[in-house]
Amino acid sequence: MAANLGFGALCLAFLVSLYGAAAAVVGAARHSAAWVGSARRAMLLTFPLLTVSALSLLYLLANGNYEVRYVASVTSSSMPLYLRLTALWGGQAGSLFFWSWLMAAFASAVMLRKWDRDGEFLPWVILVALVTLAFFLGLSIVVENPFVRTWHLGSGRPFYAMFPPLGAQIFRPANGSGLNPLLRHPGMIIHPPMLYLGFVSFVIPYAYAIAALITGRTDDRWMRVTRRWTLVAWLFLSLGLLLGGRWAYDVLGWGGYWGWDPVEIAAFMPWLTGTAFLHSVMIQEKRGMFKQWNMVLIILTYALVIFGTFLTRSGVLTSVHAFARSAIGPLFLGFISITFLGSLGLLVYRWNALRSDVEMTSIFSREALFLLNNLLFMSILVACFSGVVYPILSEGLGIVGDMIPAWADVFTGQQKTVGPEYYENTTGPLFAGLLLLMGVAPLAAWRHSTAKTLGRAIWKPTLVSLAVPLLALLGGMRHWAALLGFWLAAFVVAVTVYEFWRAAWARHQLHGEALPLALWQLAGRNRRRYGGYIIHLGVVLMAIGILGIEIFQTQTQGTLAQGETLALGEYTITFERLNVFDTTDGRNVARATVSVRRDGDYLGELYPRRDYYYEAQQPVTMPGVRSTLEDDLYVVLVDWQPISTLGATFKVYHNPLVNWLWLGGLVFILGTMVAAWPDHDPELRRAAQRKSAPEAAQA
Amino acid sequence: MERAGKPRLKFLIGGALIVTAVIYLIASSMSANAQYYYTIDELQARGGDPSGRSMRVLGAVIGDSIEYDPQTLTLRFTVANMPADTAEIERLGGLASVLHEAVSNPEATLLDVVYVGPKPDLLRNEAQAVMTGKVGEDGVFYADELLLKCPTKYEDTAPESAGE
Repeated sequence: MAANLGFGALCLAFLVSLYGAAAAVVGAARHSAAWVGSARRAMLLTFPLLTVSALSLLYLLANGNYEVRYVASVTSSSMPLYLRLTALWGGQAGSLFFWSWLMAAFASAVMLRKWDRDGEFLPWVILVALVTLAFFLGLSIVVENPFVRTWHLGSGRPFYAMFPPLGAQIFRPANGSGLNPLLRHPGMIIHPPMLYLGFVSFVIPYAYAIAALITGRTDDRWMRVTRRWTLVAWLFLSLGLLLGGRWAYDVLGWGGYWGWDPVEIAAFMPWLTGTAFLHSVMIQEKRGMFKQWNMVLIILTYALVIFGTFLTRSGVLTSVHAFARSAIGPLFLGFISITFLGSLGLLVYRWNALRSDVEMTSIFSREALFLLNNLLFMSILVACFSGVVYPILSEGLGIVGDMIPAWADVFTGQQKTVGPEYYENTTGPLFAGLLLLMGVAPLAAWRHSTAKTLGRAIWKPTLVSLAVPLLALLGGMRHWAALLGFWLAAFVVAVTVYEFWRAAWARHQLHGEALPLALWQLAGRNRRRYGGYIIHLGVVLMAIGILGIEIFQTQTQGTLAQGETLALGEYTITFERLNVFDTTDGRNVARATVSVRRDGDYLGELYPRRDYYYEAQQPVTMPGVRSTLEDDLYVVLVDWQPISTLGATFKVYHNPLVNWLWLGGLVFILGTMVAAWPDHDPELRRAAQRKSAPEAAQA
Repeated sequence: MERAGKPRLKFLIGGALIVTAVIYLIASSMSANAQYYYTIDELQARGGDPSGRSMRVLGAVIGDSIEYDPQTLTLRFTVANMPADTAEIERLGGLASVLHEAVSNPEATLLDVVYVGPKPDLLRNEAQAVMTGKVGEDGVFYADELLLKCPTKYEDTAPESAGE
């Protein structure tokens, strides 16, 4: 019953989206407010319809209706309720449906805003949102239906279909196979929805961009309207990436957080173009430049969002993430190609209308440095993309290797892959370049800035920041990349603090405000700018954490009898005891207790453990971690003897500074929230900016 | 106005320099780090890897062969040949049945693997293994990285545990 209701609502939502898309085109063509209004109502209707569908699926999941194939594949009777509910996005069919549901929610929210000042965009925004939605709903209905049930045809294998073939009986297994134990972790429960929220909210700025291209209203109105959407999208995407890293660190037990696997990169690529976009729209708003380029960036971001959803959900590339086997690959590629080429066509059509208002004049001006920033982000994107598609290219372009001997090793006609070293080698210097820019750009003036003026602004923070690598050098650090990295980090911090200080001091002098109040007022008045600086500080903290774990991670391993110790640097761990017991939720837990000492001082106990899930027949290794700002001690229980006194084997990692990565992540998110926080009266402020914009452009 | 052409040239030169540097960075890292990706049959046909560089090999794990020595953290197991091509796997009835076929086929080409490190959670019979490493003179594959995928229960969402 619930399955029929859910599927019915899903089909209805699909039809309504198709109708709405058509009505939007008719409305725009005939300039008919009635048709556009109807399209808008169709858009608004998709959300309640899909909510009915979602609630049905949630009911089936919570109720353990294992005759529904999806329910059986992601839940089992031993799972607690919250895990059964979050299994909504635990599998392919569910997560695609979940994508559509979020998309409908976001697009409906956009419909509810005031449209009186940009009514001409409305039908086209509806069109883009509904076509995207209809594509995903179509996939859900035809290929990846979460409501498909299992039937018995008298004898033989079970049969999966939405509706019963003649004479079939419904088949309800006693239990489902349950969610993969590795996914039963808080980080993994929030990680996919955050990524998906990031993905779907990037559709909104894209929809406006396309509306601007179609209507020819190519001023920066589309960008200003969607500025906050873009920031929110970016916020969710960043959160999703961070949570994924945290999950890997907590659960996968290899002492790392990021493995450069194609699926991670797939989520990272739209983040790269999105970040470049966030930076370059500022130049368009301030100086009326980069208009064509911003269109390119948002179109690319949309394509990469769809591509990312597709990569995580198809079988193209080998990865640590699971790739389901399904027929959706070609459909996705078709959809990406059509929308991408269509968008590029529109862009070419409007190319001349999108010319820059002014020419760039000075290499050291802020806009030139923003251009460089974009170039670096795009270079990272190209490096990532090349790595991801390299196996396909190497095999497919073997002929190039045959013709050009110098490239015979690159294009071999054989599948070749690149690993983490490739990504580290290529993106490392580029990220360092971005850090440097993060320090230099805030000091560069708009328009005219020479090496001399820039040098005058920069020498003080440079001098201050050089103290950090010097101290490290004196402390015995000889790793040049680390020294460079720490200098860059110190440099950005020095510049950013200097910027805050300078402006707060000016307010203090001018208005007589106390310094803390001045800082608060400052951030409140120009949220995007100071939010941006906070984000930069977050990035620096993250960079410190990454340098720490990437360069200075050490590890050891050993088998210990009870009471024996293992040393790693200043730390020693002592194997105290091992307990093996069953839990009520179907796990067999082997939990070791180790005590940690540093230079002989007792610090506490850690409990690395191995959970064996009976139902899934799968063990999950949970490390014991002692985490401080200085370093993490990360202990993995590798194996143990049946009689615990005989001993257990441990692998121990020492991860210096890694906590700064998570801390930096928090600062980063905080900064994004500051930047995205609604102004008191955005429409009024925008109107004021619009008025002053032409004057600024003429100046 | 007379100076308008000059900065543009500067930008073009600067941009071209940066783009060239980035292309060089990507190309050189790629040729230094690219690894061949073989099935076991392809590996046997080539008689090992001519370049002596590290490579990736795909195989189906034979459960009975798994041995683990916790003293030295040495893991030994045998993998059977399986196709790498997604379309072919699809045609043969999906990953689960391809892995099952590969493991039960007595004529499949086999490869012995040695890996030192914690035993990955997902290592079991009929798991798909992607191993990075080199073939030793004894014909054994010494892996420094091990990625596993188990499609049997979780067709849709199984992530893998990674070993280093």
